[in-house]
Amino acid sequence: MTRFVERHPAWALIVIIAIAVALWLIFAVWPQGLEEAIGRKRVFLNAVFNGITLGGLYFLVASGFTLIFGLMRNVNLAHGSLYLFGGYVGYAISASTGSWILSFIVAFILTALVGVLLQVLVFRRMEGQDLRQTMVTIGLSIVFADLMLWACGGDFYQIQTPNWLIGPVELPLVTAIKSSGEPVYLRYPLVRLVIFAASVVIGVAMWLALNRTRIGMIIRAGVDDRDILAATGVRIQLVFVVVFALGAGLAGIAGVVGGTFQSLSPGEDIRFLLASLVVVIVGGMGSIPGAALGALIIGLAEQLGSVYIPTYAIVVTFLIMVLVLAIRPQGLLARR
Amino acid sequence: MLRSSLGLIALSSLLLSGTAFAQEKIKVGVTATLEGTYTVLGEDGIRGFQTALNVLGKKVGDKELEFVIASTDATPDSAVRAVRKLIEQDKVQILLSPLSGDEGIAVKNFAKTHPELTFINAASGAQETTYVDPAPNFFRYNMDGAQWQVGLGKYAFEEKKYRKIATVGEDYSFIYTQVFGLVLEFCGAGGQVTNRQWVPLGTKDFASVIAALPDDVDAIYLGLGGADAVNFLNQYQQAGGKAHLMGGSIMIDQTILSSKGNAKNALVGTLAASGQADTWENPGWQKFVKDYQDAFPPNKRFPSPSLLATNYYGSTMALILALRQVNGDLSNNQAKYKEALAKIELDAPNGKIKLDSNRQAIGTNFVTEVVDDGKGALFSKVVKVIPNVNQTLGYDPAVFAKIGLPSRTVPECKKY
Repeated sequence: MTRFVERHPAWALIVIIAIAVALWLIFAVWPQGLEEAIGRKRVFLNAVFNGITLGGLYFLVASGFTLIFGLMRNVNLAHGSLYLFGGYVGYAISASTGSWILSFIVAFILTALVGVLLQVLVFRRMEGQDLRQTMVTIGLSIVFADLMLWACGGDFYQIQTPNWLIGPVELPLVTAIKSSGEPVYLRYPLVRLVIFAASVVIGVAMWLALNRTRIGMIIRAGVDDRDILAATGVRIQLVFVVVFALGAGLAGIAGVVGGTFQSLSPGEDIRFLLASLVVVIVGGMGSIPGAALGALIIGLAEQLGSVYIPTYAIVVTFLIMVLVLAIRPQGLLARR
Repeated sequence: MLRSSLGLIALSSLLLSGTAFAQEKIKVGVTATLEGTYTVLGEDGIRGFQTALNVLGKKVGDKELEFVIASTDATPDSAVRAVRKLIEQDKVQILLSPLSGDEGIAVKNFAKTHPELTFINAASGAQETTYVDPAPNFFRYNMDGAQWQVGLGKYAFEEKKYRKIATVGEDYSFIYTQVFGLVLEFCGAGGQVTNRQWVPLGTKDFASVIAALPDDVDAIYLGLGGADAVNFLNQYQQAGGKAHLMGGSIMIDQTILSSKGNAKNALVGTLAASGQADTWENPGWQKFVKDYQDAFPPNKRFPSPSLLATNYYGSTMALILALRQVNGDLSNNQAKYKEALAKIELDAPNGKIKLDSNRQAIGTNFVTEVVDDGKGALFSKVVKVIPNVNQTLGYDPAVFAKIGLPSRTVPECKKY
């Protein structure tokens, strides 16, 4: 941090000013002139919160993707199918047992199993052949999409939000002052806050597991040089299977989350594959903090875009991707 | 040996071509949105189409109809691609296409490059398709989005006493047309439309859009369809939304009313208007509902046909009945068939339909309210039936032309 300030004082100043402005926009009561210029504060705050929570969902999908890529150099283009599969499993479980929590557990386990099968039956047979793996996963994603269309049909599925999560809560953020002088607080859907908190917990747990545990150490060593790691006697194939299972399971969990606050239908697989590709390209392929930053940027860009420049909202995310590719092609937080 | 078997093959191929000649086929290409946001709508459209085939049969005189179905995703280029494939690869002679608004405009323009073929609109409802520079070989037997909103504005203003409303709609031609119809009538009656929000087709996260909804309105009009509508309702419920709702024709439709999950319950009591009403007492409608229900097992269909099924049914009916009138005669660039299509009057399930000089339907419209049938299924209950709705919505054509074409900001909220 201090090194960054020393090396790029101008950039550091700009970043500090931007953070200060953002904090002021979030916490201060907006003066009349500003509200007239860019709309009500409630809309802005909601867009920011939505961007952050949507970023949480994107992070869940993209972190598995980036983890698998980081260790095995597999670009798994069937990752979106795992997301959708997890969502459908979650729906089936929550519809039959009524338990939202259980649907996460089962979705995680089943998609992790699919991930293990993919690794053992497909990727192990073509290790190191990037192009072949990419083509095979594209093919698999099409096959999976058709199988799921056959099994579940084209209907929209929504996973039932548990009753204790329905409805908004009041946050201690003032959006406006009534004429009587009474402050109006921001009301925000509880379920989105819970989902965001959960993705933060998962992100932190993953970071801790990677940086503080023995298996994390092995995985990091594998990312750097898997041949040497294998030579030291680590059973590298087993590590691959575990990481693939974890990455796939995360996509499955994300599917349940996505099915709860959006909906599941054919085509969602491609949408989330695209989203996670954009996220990891922006954040840096293979980097977990990069996926978090990328997800946050893309989520915020989508939501703020949909409010302030609705016509061009779709373009914004790709514009960010193009900018990053032009200025820092390895991604914002890539190590190499 | 070789020679004799060769002879046998030659003989049998001759025989085969002979039978093919006797059983001449008429090839028809059908498109539906079987991918993307509107998948469910496309699937039910195809169900309506199949119901029509069950009822009417595939024979025209001594000819047999053969159908080729192609999939689109509601974008204009996917529709043109599908239609081009049907014409060039499958050599179809008649097209039943397309489903969605923007697709309709694109296919109509494409139809002009094939004046020898006949295009029958399947379900698309953008106004521009038949109102601006119509193609002489493009026929539409369903009403457009604005016609489908007739009655809604007035009913909301007079019976429900709504004075100020805001709209949220998908950003494309069909919803422009729907909002056009609504605004024209609601503002004409004296109401105010304070805010029109447009979201891209295929939006998943509506939370910010919901937050931006104004508080000081009597009702919010939703012009959404398919997955977008379901996502909106889900997030609206999570945000604790409580406003009165009004709905467009594909919003208050079985495609949404029978989606899985309970977010749709926010729609009970919602006022809407459409080219059909689920609980209409009319015997023709009831028979159609029964035919639809009998054609598919309950888990492979909606409890009652959606607007798309009804539209596909009506268009297929026109296609086959007119073809029978000319006894399958498609000679001379299908001239006789086109004439028959232009003149035909349909006794469709959702009321009588005839075409105007632009080959656009004049039909019956329904104002409805969503009710729960007591078992958790939602239906649209008819509250008002308006017959003989034409494309200029009862306005003098000259006055109507001055309003302008439906867009994000047209029409203005005033009395024309």
